[in-house]
Amino acid sequence: MTSQWENLVISPHSRYKIANHSQLHWGVPMFEIGPWLRPFMNRRQLLASSIAIGGSTAALAQAVQTPQSIAHSHAPDRGSSVHSAHGDMVTVGRVDDAKNGFDPMRLLTDWNTGTVTMLPSGQRLRTFEVWAEDKEIEIAPGIIFPAWTYNGRVPGPTLRATEGDRLRIEFRNLGSHPHSMHFHGIHGARMDGVPGAGLINPGETFVYEFEARPFGCHLYHCHALPLKRHLHKGMYGIFIVDPDPSRHPEQAQVARSRLLGTPENAEWQEMVMMMNAFDTNFDGENEVYAANTIAHCYLKTPIRVVRSRPVRIYLVNIIEFDPINSFHLHGNFFNYFDQGTTLTPTLPTVDLIMQCQAQRGILEFTYQNHETGLYMFHPHQSEFTELGWVGMFDVVDAVS
Amino acid sequence: MSDSSVDASSPSAARWLWLVVPLLTILAAISWLFAGDPLESFRNGAPPVEKLTFERVVLDAQGIHVTVRAGGSEPMRIAQVQVDDAYWSFVQVPPGPLSRGAAARLDIPYPWVLGEAHAVNVVTSTGTTFSHDIPVAVATPDAGARQLVSQALLGAFVGILPVAIGLMLFPLLRGVGTAGMRFLLALTVGLLAFLFVDSFEEALELAGRAAPLYQGVTLVVLTAVAAFVLLLAVSHRSENRSGEALAWSIALGIGLHNLGEGLAIGGSFAAGAAGLGTFLVLGFTLHNITEGIGIAAPLLREKPRFALFVGLALLAGGPAIIGMWLGSMAIAPQWLAITLAIGAGAIAQVIVELIGYLYRTSRGDRASLLGGSVLSGVMLGFAVMFTTAMLVKI
Repeated sequence: MTSQWENLVISPHSRYKIANHSQLHWGVPMFEIGPWLRPFMNRRQLLASSIAIGGSTAALAQAVQTPQSIAHSHAPDRGSSVHSAHGDMVTVGRVDDAKNGFDPMRLLTDWNTGTVTMLPSGQRLRTFEVWAEDKEIEIAPGIIFPAWTYNGRVPGPTLRATEGDRLRIEFRNLGSHPHSMHFHGIHGARMDGVPGAGLINPGETFVYEFEARPFGCHLYHCHALPLKRHLHKGMYGIFIVDPDPSRHPEQAQVARSRLLGTPENAEWQEMVMMMNAFDTNFDGENEVYAANTIAHCYLKTPIRVVRSRPVRIYLVNIIEFDPINSFHLHGNFFNYFDQGTTLTPTLPTVDLIMQCQAQRGILEFTYQNHETGLYMFHPHQSEFTELGWVGMFDVVDAVS
Repeated sequence: MSDSSVDASSPSAARWLWLVVPLLTILAAISWLFAGDPLESFRNGAPPVEKLTFERVVLDAQGIHVTVRAGGSEPMRIAQVQVDDAYWSFVQVPPGPLSRGAAARLDIPYPWVLGEAHAVNVVTSTGTTFSHDIPVAVATPDAGARQLVSQALLGAFVGILPVAIGLMLFPLLRGVGTAGMRFLLALTVGLLAFLFVDSFEEALELAGRAAPLYQGVTLVVLTAVAAFVLLLAVSHRSENRSGEALAWSIALGIGLHNLGEGLAIGGSFAAGAAGLGTFLVLGFTLHNITEGIGIAAPLLREKPRFALFVGLALLAGGPAIIGMWLGSMAIAPQWLAITLAIGAGAIAQVIVELIGYLYRTSRGDRASLLGGSVLSGVMLGFAVMFTTAMLVKI
């Protein structure tokens, strides 16, 4: 996986110099494929993706000419049904994931658990490496956005820890503007990531240190001013704190199902979705809406889930300019845990939830008693849906 | 003066050398600009300037078809198309980046709704957006035979018929005396002045919708002036202008204006901007009757054949039909602006011609030129045209 490191663009304005290539190999590989997705990455898809990387420019040019060809190239197995679900109301062409350096399908399950060591006190210490970087990304086929990113991707890395861990986030600003990491969590004033408390200039480094709590589905974002610009340019990411089962003896089983690495958790098909949007012409209104940045990505390539296993979505809303965003699941209901800080649902059995900016929560549901097939999900603001934020679950029987 | 005579006598080969030097200089400058890249220090990382003009919008059973023309500092790429704030599939013909001045058609299979408003928004690779409003969606009339015939009928009704009616007053007007004749000619000046302003305004409005490349206002003014000067030169080839020649000039000027009127009606069909009611058609007809009188005025002292009247009516009214056809096909605005500017120039030339005629027939008597019959004629011309135009302005 060296190629995505080579994609790292160091801003010409940056005073920070990187001595050699190996220095960039921080933390865990960014694109670890989700364990529950791996069985489905068949040879045909791998072949298709390698073609996309090789001849991406040509493929894009061709796709613009013939919209019909997209359905076939995107989903060779069930292309027609996918395309017809949204008819002609779709972006034309395909995004060059390789050039972007991130694949929205892999962002779903790309947990960054940092480097774990033990402190003398017996407390676990997790160290994360995060940098800010200016980068042009393709947010919809052919539309290039001059983003500000964490680790060269939007949303930034999904940082995942366990309740009670000591966290060290080593943050370097390789961008052209002052940036910070402001965590939604419990921490002291000096670690807040606002001006005067961890907001750093280009070329500088800062280490945020605090304890991972409360457990739940959280986020981090840049708190440099003007806030609106720094947010909508792409400076945000998901921060998940798994509950420590020993601290919740009365609901230990539920807590274990949330804790990454346990057999109970492995049963779940977990994924993250950060609902975001981009104002490409800087007029204070968004032109492109999505979950995990790329418009229509999960419509053109549906997310496969196994019917017999439960699904858990860590959902975060970070859109700028519009007051709210929402999530609606077709043909199914889910339990909702607002901010994820409880082990019992705060909103049981709903098929629609609303989130204001920075609001987030956990969705749990299953397709156990459903027929297999394609199930749509989208915000129930039609405008957002029609401007790119819509996707599909491809519910399949367990593959032996 | 002696220098020029030396130059004229020197060998022509040596003189051509003086063309080579500036040519080589400009070539050297161009190659330096491209090879040396002296503009590098001006590059500040800003995205290229982009400009996209919507020239033509056609609505049919297949959806919306828009013709766009690029005018950016660098070739630009159309990345996506939104219709009513929804990304929609589209096919670009021809595909690929659009260099400066290049046009392309975007075929969008969008289920537009009859009589409702839609907005097309083109998103380029830099995320810049260019939008175009369709105020009232109606199918663009196709060039089918039935459609062409019914448009021709309507064109004849608003163009040829009123002019013919005006000309029918010829026997009645023949009896007027000198003052009456001068009054009618002055009336023609007044109505032409109205038509000049109307054509010019319409031309400028259309030019404003054209791509910046065409330099709308400049294009219209220069075209009108060129038409004026050329027609003036042509008409002055023949000494002693007869009343018949003057009638032809007036008919041509009015014809070009009626072309613009046809364009407006056809264009409002195409854009769905106006439902053409019976009242509106009648308004145009009434408005144009005065034009027939204007054409007839210089003939009052002559003995014209019947065929001449037919010819004059066709020249003055017929272009309304052609205008209707062109307008309903939603032709790019710059071509329509040029046509109307020519019309404005032609009308201005006829006004000058008529004033000259009035002056000559007053035998150099300035008082008579600004006398009561002339002044009242001009004022009545303004008033009639202005008032009847109220019937057709929405």
